[in-house]
Amino acid sequence: MRTRAVGALLLLLAQPAHAGQLGAGAAPWWVWPLGLFVACFLMGIVAVPAGIGGGTLFVPIVGSFFPFHLDFVRGAGLLVALASALSAGPMLLRSGLGSLRLALPLAVLASASSIGGAMLGLAMPAHVVQMLLGAVVLGIVVLMFVARKSEFPQVERPDTLSQALALHGVFVDGASRRTVQWRVHRSVPGLFVFLAIGVLAGMFGIGAGWANVPALNLLMGAPLKVAAGTSSVVLSLVDSAAAWVYLNKGAVLPMIAVPSVVGMMLGARIGARLLNVLNGSVIRRLVIAVLLFAGTRALLKGSGVWP
Amino acid sequence: MKNPGDLAVQPPEQMRYAQWLDWGTRVGLVVLLLSFAAYVMGLAESHVPVSRLPELWVHPVGRFLELTDSPTGWGWLALVHRGDIAGLLGIAILAGSSVLCLLALVPMHLARGDKAFAAVCVAEVLVVLLAASGWLPGGH
Repeated sequence: MRTRAVGALLLLLAQPAHAGQLGAGAAPWWVWPLGLFVACFLMGIVAVPAGIGGGTLFVPIVGSFFPFHLDFVRGAGLLVALASALSAGPMLLRSGLGSLRLALPLAVLASASSIGGAMLGLAMPAHVVQMLLGAVVLGIVVLMFVARKSEFPQVERPDTLSQALALHGVFVDGASRRTVQWRVHRSVPGLFVFLAIGVLAGMFGIGAGWANVPALNLLMGAPLKVAAGTSSVVLSLVDSAAAWVYLNKGAVLPMIAVPSVVGMMLGARIGARLLNVLNGSVIRRLVIAVLLFAGTRALLKGSGVWP
Repeated sequence: MKNPGDLAVQPPEQMRYAQWLDWGTRVGLVVLLLSFAAYVMGLAESHVPVSRLPELWVHPVGRFLELTDSPTGWGWLALVHRGDIAGLLGIAILAGSSVLCLLALVPMHLARGDKAFAAVCVAEVLVVLLAASGWLPGGH
């Protein structure tokens, strides 16, 4: 029953979008921000239980099914991801689930590369960006299928750089009420991975939590909860830098960005409340199906097969 | 109810950053919502009439700017009294809030002799300021 309800929810998600393809010129202006608000509200609800950032859903879905040019969708996507990360950041930092010390060195490189990614994305023809976006979204689907998770990875010996920068911390695990001391390793490969993540975040305007969390958890050895919390802090910095590029180039339209941000944040609050009610794995599979559809659609739209 | 994670003491610079970020985000969101409400209610004249948006937002940003004679870089500040442009103020506050938070940490790191992290904070501030400067080339 619940599965059907969530399935209907996700189908509804595509409805205003599909309408957008049919009658972009005929509908009154207010239909689009309203449809965007509803679509983002629904995306926000499913994003939390699915364990994926709303920004990751926003660009492929809105870019594929709404009439806005991809430049404005990416600008709005960055703001959706930025506003969500900024809102969650203070609580995560106070609780120790986000580590500023771990986030900052990674964010410096990722922010710099996100500027390059944003400039590159705005300079490339839209159909090329759309095709690349489709490929990245399909890559995210594969990653969601195959990526393992490690609650508390073993870090035998921190590397020299992480020792020098004191990349370690402590938090109290809410589930076990245990105080967990953590440290990281492989910080140099981690820095290179975040350099690449920054390019993707800036170029496509998608939140990069899907890449941040495995990099922090599986590569650098941060506990899963610290990886998820620190990913949000990294995102808040990386998306700030990239958002300025889109803002300065005129690619941020408040009429697209604001309903998206508000809808996503309200939806995420409902999603967080429904976390214990909804079946996370079912929603995750449904979200994967929607991403698979949106990624394929972006690929076909970019290549001109399904304009 | 107190968050169980609060039981583990976090570094003072992390707590200060969280506090400043919290305020920056609240101010940014309030400005964003109020300016947008004024925009859609027509309380301030728009630079681009809302009724024209559906025919304009289908174009790449370069063409959109040509058709609407909209500013780039910091040019929007001169038009901030217009309903649609005012929305960019809240967005700028959100995108710039981390700069003040990071600058607030530099004296704390220096006082502890942690020059490496003070330098990391300054480096991140410089990266965001470079992005915000409007000096970067590119675009359609």
